[in-house]
Amino acid sequence: MEIPYAVKPRPDTGVYNAKLGMWLFLASEVMLFGGLFSAYILLRVGAPEGTWTQGLLDIRLGTINTVILAFSAVTTLLAWAACKVRDFGKFKMWHGLTILLALVFLGIKSYEYRDKFSHFQIRKADGTYVDGHIAGSKYVDAAGQEREIHHGFRGKTFTEGEKEFTLASVTLNGYEAETLKEINQPERGHKHEHKDITVPAAEIKKIGNYGPAHNTFTAIYFTMTGLHALHILGGVLVIAYFWGPGSKMWHTEPDRFTNRIEVSGLFWHFVDLVWIFLFPILYLT
Amino acid sequence: MSLKAFHLIFVTALSSLTFGCAIWKFVSYSREHVNADLVWAIASLLAGVAVLIYGKYFLKKLKNVSFL
Repeated sequence: MEIPYAVKPRPDTGVYNAKLGMWLFLASEVMLFGGLFSAYILLRVGAPEGTWTQGLLDIRLGTINTVILAFSAVTTLLAWAACKVRDFGKFKMWHGLTILLALVFLGIKSYEYRDKFSHFQIRKADGTYVDGHIAGSKYVDAAGQEREIHHGFRGKTFTEGEKEFTLASVTLNGYEAETLKEINQPERGHKHEHKDITVPAAEIKKIGNYGPAHNTFTAIYFTMTGLHALHILGGVLVIAYFWGPGSKMWHTEPDRFTNRIEVSGLFWHFVDLVWIFLFPILYLT
Repeated sequence: MSLKAFHLIFVTALSSLTFGCAIWKFVSYSREHVNADLVWAIASLLAGVAVLIYGKYFLKKLKNVSFL
């Protein structure tokens, strides 16, 4: 049985069915991301003075990722255009390039996430702060045996075999600050001098990395960019399918295959468009 | 709306981002005279012009494809 309107436009909607389905899906996506953008605005406007984190993210990496996604939008369009003029070789090349660009984007994003998970903040008992990347931590067991963890932190206690280790000190490669505002909203052009600072466990009131639980900014940052990265991952899986095993359809139903490429391109453009809004609000302001 | 029309929206959004960034950094430079701002402003402006030129080229290239 032939599936109706997979190639020809349906008279009442004016488009083929897959395109209508994709636009309905994208309408729901607009509501999903729209809700998150609204949440971002309300959280930012309602943040108490000096608590909203600014300048935490690397603008250079954000810019590179923006350029990568912009190029991937072009390659996706060119892949569709190649299908339209029946050039399968060029389609393979442009869609392959789209996959490559998406993987580079995800690689850079993972690097940024890793950086945030190794970036720690310590609130000391005297009310001051130490902020920086983890250089190491020292633990001691009941017998007084020391255990050093390079570039890592395993909580206030951890068990290994029969032994329970308790935190003795943490070393961060960073700087000291009197107030949270100095860290969250540093003066423009001012660069903190980074050095190894060791804080004994007794002086630590609170310690945590810049993961989603750190503060409101990191929570919304990880939520929005994480959801966006999942969309990139989903998109690249579909594109990779059309590039690989799914491309068999080209030899039997080229028009239907071309429509599939257009629909996947619509999704990819939506994901790229979301990033165009995410980049300035998270990286630039 | 076809991929051609959506691509046009994307190109418009991208050029708005680059020109917006250029204006923002030019204003920052005129206030604080930090050279990095001027570099960012010029780079953003050039990127914006490149995006516009590309947009015109792409429209010419796909003139036979429907917007629907």
